[in-house]
Amino acid sequence: MKYETVIGLEVHVELKTHSKIFSSSPIAFGAPPNTQTSVIDLGYPGVLPVLNKKALEYGIRGAMALNCEIATYTKFDRKNYFYPDNPKAYQISQFDQPIGEHGYIDIEVNGETKRIGITRVHLEEDAGKLNHFSDGYSGCDYNRQGTALIEIVSEPDLRSPEEAYAYLEKLRAIIQYTGISDVKMEEGSLRCDANISIRPLGQKEFGTKTELKNLNSFTFVQKGLEYEQARQIKLVESGQKIKQETLRYDDAQKKTIVMRVKEGSDDYRYFPEPDLVDFYVSDEMKEEIRSHIPELPDARQKRYTVEFGLPVYDAKVLTSTREMADFFEAVVAQGADAKLASNWLMSDVSAYLNASQKEITEIAMTPKALAELIQMVVGGSISSKIAKEVFKDMIESGKNPADIVKEKGLVQISDEGMLLDLIHELLDANQKIVDGYKGGNEKALGFFVGQIMKATKGQANPQLVNQLLKQEIQKR
Amino acid sequence: MGILHESIQSLHKKLIKREMTSTDIVKATFDRIHEVDDRIQAFLTLNEEKAYQEAAKWDQKYASKENLGLLAGLPIGIKDNIITKNLRTTCASKILYNFDPIYNATVMEKLNTAGMITVGKINMDEFAMGSSNENSAFKPVHNPWNLDYVPGGSSGGSAAAVAAGEVLYALGSDTGGSIRQPASYCGVVGLKPTYGRISRFGLVAFASSLDQIGPITKTVEDNAYLLEVLAGVDPMDCTSANLPVPKYFESLNKGVKGLRIAVPKEYLGEGVLPEVRESILEALKIYEKMGAIWEEVSLPHSKYALSTYYLLSSSEASANLSRFDGVRYGYRSKDSDNLMEMYKNTRAEGFGDEVKRRIMLGTFALSSGYYDAYYKKAQKVRTLIKQDFEKVFEQFDVIIGPTAPTPAFQIGENTSDPMTMYANDILTIPVSLAGVPAISIPCGFMNHLPLGLQIIGKHFDEAMVYRVAYAFEQATDYHKAQPKL
Repeated sequence: MKYETVIGLEVHVELKTHSKIFSSSPIAFGAPPNTQTSVIDLGYPGVLPVLNKKALEYGIRGAMALNCEIATYTKFDRKNYFYPDNPKAYQISQFDQPIGEHGYIDIEVNGETKRIGITRVHLEEDAGKLNHFSDGYSGCDYNRQGTALIEIVSEPDLRSPEEAYAYLEKLRAIIQYTGISDVKMEEGSLRCDANISIRPLGQKEFGTKTELKNLNSFTFVQKGLEYEQARQIKLVESGQKIKQETLRYDDAQKKTIVMRVKEGSDDYRYFPEPDLVDFYVSDEMKEEIRSHIPELPDARQKRYTVEFGLPVYDAKVLTSTREMADFFEAVVAQGADAKLASNWLMSDVSAYLNASQKEITEIAMTPKALAELIQMVVGGSISSKIAKEVFKDMIESGKNPADIVKEKGLVQISDEGMLLDLIHELLDANQKIVDGYKGGNEKALGFFVGQIMKATKGQANPQLVNQLLKQEIQKR
Repeated sequence: MGILHESIQSLHKKLIKREMTSTDIVKATFDRIHEVDDRIQAFLTLNEEKAYQEAAKWDQKYASKENLGLLAGLPIGIKDNIITKNLRTTCASKILYNFDPIYNATVMEKLNTAGMITVGKINMDEFAMGSSNENSAFKPVHNPWNLDYVPGGSSGGSAAAVAAGEVLYALGSDTGGSIRQPASYCGVVGLKPTYGRISRFGLVAFASSLDQIGPITKTVEDNAYLLEVLAGVDPMDCTSANLPVPKYFESLNKGVKGLRIAVPKEYLGEGVLPEVRESILEALKIYEKMGAIWEEVSLPHSKYALSTYYLLSSSEASANLSRFDGVRYGYRSKDSDNLMEMYKNTRAEGFGDEVKRRIMLGTFALSSGYYDAYYKKAQKVRTLIKQDFEKVFEQFDVIIGPTAPTPAFQIGENTSDPMTMYANDILTIPVSLAGVPAISIPCGFMNHLPLGLQIIGKHFDEAMVYRVAYAFEQATDYHKAQPKL
């Protein structure tokens, strides 16, 4: 029998507000435990939450970028559950009037575009973290408590782990463009839970779903779902029933492991948060927030293929983050050829960023410098090979490429007289190889070019050397 | 003793003229507390050393003829569910028996700025749940008029302390009548302001949508002075109202001539003792004499108020009290083997019966499958009750009735039957649900126990409430009566 996989994702995104969603405590990733807290975050008796306006604005901006309908009236609710990382024993979240509903994003899988529905986007506060020590004690760190989050719930529209991966990539890119979050999974500013079920192809009812939690990367989301999909099909085919469970994916064992069995749904006893008022989002406020949404990745990608004639692949890679796309456009604005700029960014620059674990905003090289480097190669004043050497210096030091070329004496030698002297000397000393070349050993030419380049420390204009060598050998 | 029956105005004048010092007043306060509190049991924590230090500081300022506010150097007692920095705050609960806060409630900041001196923290029903003060985890408060009787609750300690002359002024909190009912039982003046009039930041929450802090005093005038300091918008409480705070004192003397008083028939009907009813009719005669007009009206949804209140307040309480889990502060049960046991043991040992009863009631009302039938329906009824008041206030300036259907009852009389206990609040609860302001002032005695007159105003119209209360107070001598201790 053929099966269809049904996947829905719940993504939590931490908003980049300066202070917490309901208190004025600062937010800093990796600070010593309980240094970013106040009596409000700690849930002391008598404290009250006050909504951070920026969190509301960022949340709405995110929901808008995901094509949601934005609520005119929105409110907060208490979600009750006991756990030491949840100091009030209720989380302030949104139950029935989220900031955004009925959104969507378009993803591409195997060259086809598919629209994935977004059920809702709501604001809530993050919980603290527990640290379990080797002596059996556990410590509570409330630095993260009260960090503003949006939860983005997709419709069960995803039909394969690949689609889930593509959805996450697109979601991350969109949110990253809006500037409301760092969306870094490794720092926890983007977190994903996945619901997955299978059903015989053509069946309308959903099968029993399992939930995957604690997925640390997009790759693990995909791998976990692939494992879970196969596991569920195997179970059903062998006549067994799927249990409603919460699982985690263990990459070392390459399998999912049961965290707990769910019986029915949890009762969080949601009710309206009486310490907060209801919020009215006026049309003016909506327009103001909308004006902060930049051109999003899809539009930008399309523009790159049309405006710059870039291949779709290039356009996609360059627009994967807003900063990379901005850098690219700045290089082009400095007069560089778009495809050459794209090549540099996709190869050397990306390789450097990967190796150094840096963001493009953190490098010393300016777009202007890269544009100049590209121009120098095009103009023939340095070779591509020299350019790579200049680049290595430039990206670290931020120096102007012309200065580097000058400092290191890297200007390309295109002086025919000087090159001819070297060539004559070389040919004279290697008559045998000259004969060999004439006898049909074409590799010999490479040897000669190499020797000249070596003699000039790579600065000779390779095209010119090639041309002169052929010409001189013919003469002999 | 003499000091403790002077008005804020006269004490302030004497302080300025150096006829008296703040230290004298603070000393008189503690002398009286030491004299009678072993019988009243109104205080849980005394702040004696610091209070004297504060008094000395204010005396210096008075001596150097600094221009000081009316309340500078005057003592006040604080209900123990209001957070006081570095001063133990227990909510009269075992679960907070050792809790020393690291911050101040907004009202405490305001009182400190105004120069008031906190003499101590006052006993109450545990987490403000109760109508008799018998639910204090530490000791019951006794009514100064008859020590065998309850002072009312939950601010019974505050009302009893003021009535017994232990302290001139006190803060209480009112969720369903917790200021007004004890003020009535103890023969003092207690105001529950409009919801949103005073910041709740630092008031340990019982039912967030109902809780309000308010002043308890011997006279209407003193009460008005205190409200003026306590009221106003607070950036730390988004449910506090951004409205100007009037000079309440200035309108006290305007009289009641031509004012329209509504008297709900539900407030004089079934369950209200004839003597209580009689005291209200007497009061209305006095108002008539002063030129006011009164008419009988109806608040038809009042009969649903009690059940509405217990559903909503308990639901909110069930969430508000969940933070007392033994993890970060307060009582933690020893010898639990795992987290779930620690939670269960801590809360089972830390909370008293009434608190547990309400947590269970609220948890049940919010549970999936019951939410619509209980919590949601109660919210709808609350709207209807609010509309009852709005309708009456279209034609009337104030609503008047008794504060409680009976005078104080004997300690132990109602403890076995929560429903009878809850019925004490049938006349105060609708007001809380509507969110409007109301005061209780002394209006008579029954069996040597005080009775209270409840004056209810429009939203944020405390000025009118005070004005009507002041007129009655000036026309009668009930507020001058003293319990013999």
